[in-house]
Amino acid sequence: MHRKAKSRIHRPLERDCLPRPGQRGVKTGGKTMRTITYGQAVKEAISEEMTRDERVFTLGLDLGYGGEHGILVGLAEAFGRDRVRDTPISEDAIIGTALGASCTGCRAIADVPFNEFLIIGMDQVYNQAAKFRYMFGSAVKVPMVIRTAIGGYITAGPQHSQCLEAWFAHVPGLISICPSTPYDVKGMLKTAIRNDNPVICFEHKKLYSMKGEVPQEEYLLPLGKADVKREGKDVTVVAYSFALQQALKVAERLAGKVSVEIVDPRSLNPLDMDTILASVQKTRRVLIVHEAWKTGGFGGEIAARIADEGFRFLKAPVKRLGAKDFPIPFARCLEDFILPQEQDIEKAIVELAG
Amino acid sequence: MRPDKNKAIEMYKTMYTIRTFEERESQLYYQGLQDGFVHLYIGEEAIATGVCAALNKDDFITSTHRGHGHIIAKGGDLKKIMAELFGRKTGYCQGKGGSMHIAAFELGILGANGMVAGGIPIAAGAALSSMLRKTGQVTACFFGDGAINEGAFHSSLNLASAWKLPVVFVCENNRYGVSTPIARVTNIAEDLSVRAEAYNMPGRRLESDDVMRIYQAASEAVGRAREGGGPSLLVFDTARFLPHFQGEAESFPAYRPVNEVEEARCHDPLDHARKYLLTVEKLSSEELSAIESEIKKRVEEAIVFAQESEKPDPQTAGEGLFA
Repeated sequence: MHRKAKSRIHRPLERDCLPRPGQRGVKTGGKTMRTITYGQAVKEAISEEMTRDERVFTLGLDLGYGGEHGILVGLAEAFGRDRVRDTPISEDAIIGTALGASCTGCRAIADVPFNEFLIIGMDQVYNQAAKFRYMFGSAVKVPMVIRTAIGGYITAGPQHSQCLEAWFAHVPGLISICPSTPYDVKGMLKTAIRNDNPVICFEHKKLYSMKGEVPQEEYLLPLGKADVKREGKDVTVVAYSFALQQALKVAERLAGKVSVEIVDPRSLNPLDMDTILASVQKTRRVLIVHEAWKTGGFGGEIAARIADEGFRFLKAPVKRLGAKDFPIPFARCLEDFILPQEQDIEKAIVELAG
Repeated sequence: MRPDKNKAIEMYKTMYTIRTFEERESQLYYQGLQDGFVHLYIGEEAIATGVCAALNKDDFITSTHRGHGHIIAKGGDLKKIMAELFGRKTGYCQGKGGSMHIAAFELGILGANGMVAGGIPIAAGAALSSMLRKTGQVTACFFGDGAINEGAFHSSLNLASAWKLPVVFVCENNRYGVSTPIARVTNIAEDLSVRAEAYNMPGRRLESDDVMRIYQAASEAVGRAREGGGPSLLVFDTARFLPHFQGEAESFPAYRPVNEVEEARCHDPLDHARKYLLTVEKLSSEELSAIESEIKKRVEEAIVFAQESEKPDPQTAGEGLFA
């Protein structure tokens, strides 16, 4: 099953993820910019941090040949198989081992290629890693990272196409990030590896081959800070991960008709409500887009907090767009029906702009 | 290698400390002085004692819901343990963990664990850490018979064996998962150590009444791990003299024949160790009594310390989540 999904993921996907002109967040001042893929950005982040700190190591499936998504090719050769470690397909052991190593002097990066497989290691995520520091009286640091891929639009069928980030953003004690650009993923992943808490990084499979500008020089980005990816005045769209890229394209198409401001939370827990509320205060209309199912999706949390903390700013009800509440089916036409499409986003924005 | 006299006395002290602590803990619980749930280790003392006696101070352990004995045997401070059971701010976890979640990282105690088999992958990780950092530390991983049918047991033993990790897996087979006899849910109840074969590691089964033999078996397994020989599985057939948790007898119908517990009490590891000290090491009964009185005093001091300690400020429940 892994193999089959992988072959789909490696299709060229640049058409979906064109670099955006004038992208905010790409700080060019004094930096040498070059264009690399999201996958390369992930590898650079890991590679730089492993070079910087010998306590850092990564473990997971097929890392010896570059990881299931093929983005870490050469890492094992560069750092050796002790620090780029092939594991058995045992997610509870992978995550628990990362935890045990990370509370005893190492800094582990657990690689779980599909977020569905995290469910098999959920005890170690939910009951152990997320609680370790708190329940043991804050006497220990847990500097571990879990990297996992989310998302559909790749005809991988019901068990390899889901976005389960809301489960993880729900539990206190985990930092949940969803970087949506090469620039963001590199800077945030580097920060995550240096952070002394468990961080889970959700990487969308459709983003791995997306290209974007990334400085040659080293940089770090904060966890828990949203980014306004496009400025506008009529409608705020809050979107993250691949949905953010979809929203950017729609906003570009609507330019001249509706002025869309796009806020990328980048991190779900902690959630930067200040940036979201500032945007809502400006546009007074907000649409939240994510690929996860609408029911119980993280958009519900964002919507509730906007209603709670920014009700006075609103001219219209908070709208949400997510997957329809069905498993993600295989056939492309079926999958397209269930997952949010650019035209759905466009329709929702136009309706909201009224 | 037979433990020398000092080691034998130290181990008796540890066992007697655990026994006294747990007996007093049971009383305190039934006096209604504590909240929550406690799972007592009475009857199983020789396992934690013998295994931890084979470890160095900087070695690691992972523990279970029935963890007081492991923590005491690895050098835990009675006052801080008791204060945690009382939910006081002077406890090991400042009242946030309680009986099932006590850790003392400075002593290599990576936590009692409320999740069955939850500590097993963590132990593998600690062992991987010492291998990567080349520190020579060994991890002893305690779990009960209930844990051997969890996926985490199998995945972790496989991984530890594949990577030759310096870890000793210690199964405390008290034969019941809450009320369910292990024989009802596995067909290897006669000898749980056969599970080791599947992962190509040494497996041994021993009784749990003789702390000297436990120490010897543990020393061999720890030595093997420390020298790069990889993991072992030690299974100790044991019995808890008390119910699964305090309060159980009042809440649930009996599931163990009365004579089974009586029979187990005839193989009390403390009696065994006491006899060893008196006959082999020629301690006088006065010397033993002096040791026991001193321990009783320390346990009482721990109780006083805990009861006199402040409760945590409720506001602190909202602190300490992130580093």
